[in-house]
Amino acid sequence: MIWETVRLAVKAIFRNALRSFLTVLGIVIGVAAVIAMVTVGQGSSKQVTADVESLGANVLMIRPGRRAMGPGSSSAQARPFDLKDVDHIIEAVPEVETAAPLGGRSLTAVYGNENYATQVQGTDNRYFHATDWPVVMGRPFTASEERSGRPVCILGETVRTELFGYSDPVGETIRLGTLSCDVVGVLEAKGASSFGTDQDDVVMMPMRAFQRRIAGNTNVATIFVSVRDGASTDDAKLEIEYLLRDMRRIGPEEEDDFNVMDMKQLASMLTGINDVLTGLLSAVAAVSLLVGGIGIMNIMLVSVTERTREIGIRLAVGAQARQVLMQFLVEAVVLSLLGGVLGIALGLALAAVGANMLSVPFTPDPLVVLMAFGFSAVVGVVFGFFPARRAARLDPIEALRHQ
Amino acid sequence: MTADAMPPLIRFTDVARVYGTGEAEVRALDGVSFDIMPGEFVAIMGPSGSGKSTAMNVIGCLDRPTAGHYFFNGVDVAGLSRDQRALLRRHYLGFVFQGFNLLPRTTALENVELPLIYKGLPARERIAMAREVLALVGLEGREHHDPSALSGGQQQRVAIARALAGAPEVVLADEPTGNLDTRTSLEIMDLLVRLRRERDLTIVMVTHEEDMARYADRLIWMVDGKVARDEPMPEGPLHAAPRHQEAGA
Ligand SMILES: Nc1ncnc2c1ncn2[C@@H]1O[C@H](COP(=O)(O)OP(=O)(O)O)[C@@H](O)[C@H]1O
Ligand SMILES: [Mg+2]
Repeated sequence: MIWETVRLAVKAIFRNALRSFLTVLGIVIGVAAVIAMVTVGQGSSKQVTADVESLGANVLMIRPGRRAMGPGSSSAQARPFDLKDVDHIIEAVPEVETAAPLGGRSLTAVYGNENYATQVQGTDNRYFHATDWPVVMGRPFTASEERSGRPVCILGETVRTELFGYSDPVGETIRLGTLSCDVVGVLEAKGASSFGTDQDDVVMMPMRAFQRRIAGNTNVATIFVSVRDGASTDDAKLEIEYLLRDMRRIGPEEEDDFNVMDMKQLASMLTGINDVLTGLLSAVAAVSLLVGGIGIMNIMLVSVTERTREIGIRLAVGAQARQVLMQFLVEAVVLSLLGGVLGIALGLALAAVGANMLSVPFTPDPLVVLMAFGFSAVVGVVFGFFPARRAARLDPIEALRHQ
Repeated sequence: MTADAMPPLIRFTDVARVYGTGEAEVRALDGVSFDIMPGEFVAIMGPSGSGKSTAMNVIGCLDRPTAGHYFFNGVDVAGLSRDQRALLRRHYLGFVFQGFNLLPRTTALENVELPLIYKGLPARERIAMAREVLALVGLEGREHHDPSALSGGQQQRVAIARALAGAPEVVLADEPTGNLDTRTSLEIMDLLVRLRRERDLTIVMVTHEEDMARYADRLIWMVDGKVARDEPMPEGPLHAAPRHQEAGA
């Protein structure tokens, strides 16, 4: 009997194929959006984790402020670090192989007629060493450049291409905002990061030059630390925390006014952002599902009115109210499941394309697909119930006399 | 007939069906009593608005009396729920309407299958039975035609096949030839009579046409919601007396 009802529903749906398709469009879009976003989001989380792990378990990031991000992270309140802190950490903590300062600012780089908005990073050669990021054209900074604050820079591959095309940038002068700056080298191409951001979209400057000419202070936003091979990252982290508490004169009852993050924490923080984003976008998609459901209810009400006489005939030949209810309920569910299936297909296709564009792995999650399927069924039941009940409650005589 | 020995299949005792209240009250049926025995073919006639269709709806368990009692096979229909009445229709009653009431864009075969679906028959059996009944009404080879591709007479044959498919005891036909020309009407009547004989049917038919009514063996004449005459089909003209009454009223 249920198969009979499903068959009937499919027939009724395809009798008005175009209308049915337009009706389920809302569901299709909603489901496709959820599937695409969750799939890409999960792929991206996997990629972030993999990337961060490949960066090495032996890396620490130190920032002022109690938490890494979010409320309370304001580094304005917390005392900033400076270059002496970096040297201090290297000298005082035996587990530390090297450390480097980091600080950035978004600026437009200009060369001739070309200009390109990019990120200017203050750092020093120790960073290239710690991250295994060689300078492939020209040279790294000289010691005197690092000391003096002379405006020189090393370009990321993307900035080089944007400003110079095929010509040699080394020895040329570019402008960063209002600052003129000599190009001394180009970094090896690194490609996209896990978020799809281009890691080569950067201009590196000696930290002192950055502080003096761009930031206008002597702060270091982040200290990048790499731990010696064979040494424990956890030990290094504890020692750094101990050292910094001492240097910053934090009393035994007080909390740290800085944080030392290892890569595990960094990964979970990044994937956390990812999850929040996925969640938000999915909420938007859920609203679209709701709208889709209302569309189904609307068209089912129209359908019940159009088919009043049919309902009368069915009642006359012995259909019970429950059976008429089921007929229209099943029709609504089949309709929204159809939308769900189309949406899943479309969503997976979009996710595949999106994953490819962001160069994250395409890993469809059967659970998510199943949930989308189930959710469309629920939408059908919820929004199909009212029209179906209306059909079931029709008076047979009046239904037969309709139109 | 030895009808007296058998219990009546349909018994109306003082049945009233009142629409509206107060000023707007319409007594569509106003104290109607009659018995119909199994196997009878009854024609209900009477002026328009006299309550014929209302009576058919009550007999067909599509409607219930507001007063009085309707016993079907000895069961008081007033005491049955909506779903129980649906079961009565499913297993005992078949309807033929003036306007055919076939499902549009649905083949003749599927239309005839409809009651069998609700009887819970598996598809294979259903199709076999529907084919058989369609052949019975002379529509062999038209199984896959849509109603729109069939003539009025053929459509009514499909409707009759549908009414018969569920193997009912009673066929209720409200002006079954009302939309058909005389020749087709007579063919349909011949068909009904043949089916009645072959399947031991009880038939209750509303009609305006004397020629069609003559196929029945009993005449119930209604006026203003009441039974004005109830007699074996007379030999003479049927319309004479009531027409005279109407003219005098
Ligand atoms: N649903 C209804 N509401 C109000 N009055 C009705 C309704 N159905 C029928 N009637 C009235 O009941 C009377 C009998 O109607 P009906 O049984 O259809 O007559 P017939 O079939 O003999 O022409 C008529 O006066 C009609 O207007
Ligand atoms: Mg009538």
